[in-house]
Amino acid sequence: MDLSMFLSVIIGAIFINNFILSKFLGLCSFIGISKETKPALYMGVSVTFVTTCASIITWAIYNFILVPCHIEYLRTISFILVIASFVQLVEMVIKKFSQALYRTLGIYLPLITVNCAVLGVAVLNSEMFFKPGLNTLTSFTLSALQGFCVGLGYILVMLFMSGIRERLELCDVPKSFKDAPISFIIASLMSMAFMGFSGFRF
Amino acid sequence: MKKLLKEFFKGIGSENPTFRLVLGLCPTLAVSTSVVNGLGMGVAATFVLIGSNVIISLVRKSIPDQIRIPCFIVIIATFVTIVELMMKAYAPELSKSLGIFVPLIVVNCIVLGRAEAFACKEGVFSSLLDALGMGIGFTLALLLISAIREIFGNGTLFGLLIVKSYEPVLYLVLAPGALLVIGLLIGGINFLARKRSTT
Repeated sequence: MDLSMFLSVIIGAIFINNFILSKFLGLCSFIGISKETKPALYMGVSVTFVTTCASIITWAIYNFILVPCHIEYLRTISFILVIASFVQLVEMVIKKFSQALYRTLGIYLPLITVNCAVLGVAVLNSEMFFKPGLNTLTSFTLSALQGFCVGLGYILVMLFMSGIRERLELCDVPKSFKDAPISFIIASLMSMAFMGFSGFRF
Repeated sequence: MKKLLKEFFKGIGSENPTFRLVLGLCPTLAVSTSVVNGLGMGVAATFVLIGSNVIISLVRKSIPDQIRIPCFIVIIATFVTIVELMMKAYAPELSKSLGIFVPLIVVNCIVLGRAEAFACKEGVFSSLLDALGMGIGFTLALLLISAIREIFGNGTLFGLLIVKSYEPVLYLVLAPGALLVIGLLIGGINFLARKRSTT
């Protein structure tokens, strides 16, 4: 466990391999919920929470259930089931304890189940860190860290995009390019800017 | 018969998942760097769509309404695992270049969307045709995007050199190019659709 490994995971997940702009995961929600800043921020926070917890849970499932039983090929099914039930659980807990929070976040939670970013980070973790070479603690910390940083990267891009789209309301965009098409073109420019980070090495 | 044909063709034209419904974008953009990848992804997604639509339509009456989404996900994930293992066995190259996007077919909005909007209400045969139409529509959209990106970004098609003495626009093969191509294509298709509806 050395520091450079952590740094490269942090910078990599937030900037270099930003999930939205360079891996294209979570694009549907990115285009769908980035019209205003506030919902975009709430969605980002819920996604971060879920990706972090999902990384931890899937790490445990993979290492303590799938590997000892030699059923690694059930990875996809078990991960998506666990994520779906976890999201459902969070929704029920929030509904029970805080009605106000439920009203602001409630509508986003079902969307997160089918957000590719969550399953994406779980599968990516399993391919990057769940290897025999790494000791248990390192692979656990790196997975959880990657889950959290992917969420941070998601919040960052959501905030940029919603800020731009709020101003875009005042612009005279050609009718055929309103909403989705112009958002893609803006995202393309942002993605080009983010490619500037790709030279970073640790 | 006419109704069945309509179910089949709506996925290719008027309700094309990529261009009209704007669903399932993550795999569309990520794997469309070359035509071979695009075709592989399209075929894999079509197989999952057909399998899950048929099975869901068969068991639709015995699934309780409250837990239908988890049930759909299990059925879809089963077919995705089949595709994943088959691809690893028979097309290891393709499986390597598609990477994590093969397991991610589970969360492709098109598959769950068709299960929720169509297969859990309609009969087996029309669900099959719906899945086939949507799958072909998705594959065609992937082929279009990946052909544009491969020809202009690399000067090749199916890996064969077709444009000589031409400096490829590398931008189109990289991540930003995908977003630009899809933005322009959706905008262009909207434009054509609007023009047709006014005349």
